[in-house]
Amino acid sequence: MSKGLTWRIGLIVLFLVGSFIYLIPTLAGGKLPSWWGGLLPKDKIHLGLDLQGGTHLVLEVDTPKAVEGKLDLIITDLEDTLNSKTIRFKQIVKGGSDRIAVTLYDKMSADTVAKLLKEKYPQLELAAPVDEGGFYAVSLRMGEKEQQDTRDKAVAQALETIRNRIDQFGVSEPVIQREGIDHIVVQLPGIKDPKRAIELIGKTARLEFKLVDEGANPAPGMPVPPEDERLTEKKVDAATGAVTEIPLVLKRKTLITGDLLTDAQVRIDSQYNQPYVAIEFNSLGAKLFDQVTAANVGKRFAIVLDNAIYSAPVIRERISGGSAQISGSFTEKEAADLAIVLRAGALPAPVKIIQNVTVGPSLGQDSINKGLMAGLIGVILVVIFMTIYYKLSGLIANVGMVLNIIYLMGALAALGATLTLPGIAAIVLLIGMSVDSNVLIFERIREELRLGKTAKAAVDAGYDKAFLTIMDSHVTTLITAAVLFQFGTGPVKGFAVSLSLGIIINLFTSLLGTRVIYDFILGRTHVKNLSI
Amino acid sequence: MELIGKTKIDFIGMRNISFMISGVIALVGIIAIIQISRGAANMGIDFSGGTGLQIKFAKPFTTDEIRKALADNGIKEVELQEIKEGNQLLIKMRKSTAPVGKIAETIEQDFKKALPGNSFTIESTTEIGPSIGDKLRKDTLIAVALSLFCIILYIAWRFDFKFGIGATVATLHDVLAILAVFFVMNKEVNLLLITAVLTVAGYSLTDTVVVFDRIRENLKKNAKDSMKNVFNASINEVLSRTIVTSLTVFMAATSLWLMGGEVIHDFAFALVVGVAVGTYSSIFVASPVVVILEERAKS
Repeated sequence: MSKGLTWRIGLIVLFLVGSFIYLIPTLAGGKLPSWWGGLLPKDKIHLGLDLQGGTHLVLEVDTPKAVEGKLDLIITDLEDTLNSKTIRFKQIVKGGSDRIAVTLYDKMSADTVAKLLKEKYPQLELAAPVDEGGFYAVSLRMGEKEQQDTRDKAVAQALETIRNRIDQFGVSEPVIQREGIDHIVVQLPGIKDPKRAIELIGKTARLEFKLVDEGANPAPGMPVPPEDERLTEKKVDAATGAVTEIPLVLKRKTLITGDLLTDAQVRIDSQYNQPYVAIEFNSLGAKLFDQVTAANVGKRFAIVLDNAIYSAPVIRERISGGSAQISGSFTEKEAADLAIVLRAGALPAPVKIIQNVTVGPSLGQDSINKGLMAGLIGVILVVIFMTIYYKLSGLIANVGMVLNIIYLMGALAALGATLTLPGIAAIVLLIGMSVDSNVLIFERIREELRLGKTAKAAVDAGYDKAFLTIMDSHVTTLITAAVLFQFGTGPVKGFAVSLSLGIIINLFTSLLGTRVIYDFILGRTHVKNLSI
Repeated sequence: MELIGKTKIDFIGMRNISFMISGVIALVGIIAIIQISRGAANMGIDFSGGTGLQIKFAKPFTTDEIRKALADNGIKEVELQEIKEGNQLLIKMRKSTAPVGKIAETIEQDFKKALPGNSFTIESTTEIGPSIGDKLRKDTLIAVALSLFCIILYIAWRFDFKFGIGATVATLHDVLAILAVFFVMNKEVNLLLITAVLTVAGYSLTDTVVVFDRIRENLKKNAKDSMKNVFNASINEVLSRTIVTSLTVFMAATSLWLMGGEVIHDFAFALVVGVAVGTYSSIFVASPVVVILEERAKS
């Protein structure tokens, strides 16, 4: 054997064996023999959501709300601090989207407050007290950098919370990642009940406990005191399914929040056979709950989730121990989902679903079947054509093409790339493209033969002279594939991956793979007339 | 076997006719681009934002009863497309104002009420908010511009500037031609079409490069002959490989088009058109443009 034929054949066989090893988990369809273990690959070719079915969501985090939420927290905290230090103040309000204004009655307390604020919130910008017609105003501003930081943290935290919820919901191999500044991409392959998952993910789940203002008239249209707000409680009749909305006026001040929970579990009420969610507070929450219930026996205590009242039971006695329950008219599934979101925690800011692509499993399977069928027919057409047109040489090109496809599938499996429907299309397209390089070479060989060269010399010249042309044509396709990969999402990315891998592999199979066959034949036998 | 023997066709001499044909195609293509950028073409919901549903019914249905069921529930601006195979229906609504996640649900309930005897399954749902559509449109424009720019750069580096222009004109021509065909046939302009267009842009250069390579080789060999003769001789020499390479890809693309299923039907069609146009343009557009440039440079 001459000119390194051995190592070239060795390389081809090595790649072939490698491809098969990586493809075995896919071909076995999950039923791998027991001895298949250790370092051997176990991953199947990943199928895109368009092929296996599933949901692709893009969520937008309403980050300005996170900034507002942080300001609200500071206001509550400040009110408590000033009250505990017995500093009298007229009001503490949010001014605009990034400011807090504290209005005080005299200059001295204004100075004290300013000093306090400076110590307590060094990250915020403090403006010196100003005289506002007898009142003194101190204002705090959240700077651009601090705002950005808050927004950034909100997205990161939202991502973690959503990941938690999905983990508890139970989806295999979910993809949850941040995209851009305030977007989160969620992929749920093979999900059975996308609607429920979307609701679970999209819920802010801000749990608040507020007192009902028994003195105010809850009827819509009636005036609401400034320190109160009107929210509604939805009641669903279990028998008829009729929904009634009951308005209630609540004290605006939140007494306890969902942050103080340690656990939430679904239980069934043995008396009414109704599901409810049992919640456990941490020590701070338990203390607060104890204090609030002790001070407000006989009043109604509303449990508010995302500004909707779940229930507003009357406090019959002081509740110590830190456990409570949320009842309401919900089904067992809804109760289970509520428990999940309460355990996973609230989102730091509301999220909006801006993209939802859901593909059912049967459509995916249909796409796979049709894609495979199209590929098979493509292969048959090309094989027949090449064999008729280039005879034995055409067969060699066909061998190269089949190698190309096997290597490509092996590479997709080895790299853990995702195969999408356009990706299948790219593979089918490659069936046509992969013989192109050989067509260029064969036409060159024919020309050289016409010039009167021997079979061996013609083959050598054909491969050498066609080389640059083949390189050029591959590079241009590779450029567009790279751009598609950079800018494309989901299915298009899958197309770019299959196409670029296929093109690179094609260089190997058409230049090295098919040549080996020629060299092997021409080296052993004396061929006078090349079948081309 | 040989499809085409030795030929002596005066391709460059036909440039007046070919330029006229290509001019018309390009003009329609430019109109298509203007309409697409205005959003006046048949835009896919990935670009326009909106909701798309693919529904499979158990029994045959008429689009009239579907339209009525939707209209009764206040959904009027909707496009319906029937897929004959397996009682399937495509519903498309652009620029919906309702929040993402709601419309599909509404439609599902409407159908359950309006078509009680005909059970159905929702095969796929696509809901795209307007902000995503805008971003995607911008990204796509950048992608198309960037890939064309990179291709020009590569060709200009590998050949020379005049060949670079010739290849670019031919590539642009192919892109415009696909868009023109889609525009005239009122087919949907979506992300998959753009993917096909870029793929064709990369692929159609293969043919152009094959022709250019031979021209360059022949220009070195016989510098005395006239430009026109060298170009014509080169194109004739490589004619059979140009056609054969296109034919194999054409076969693969056609089998995708006819057998690949509804989802990639139009995508594959764009590839089929692109491969055909790409072959034409490497012979009738790319080379004549270079000849004109060369002749101008000499005189």
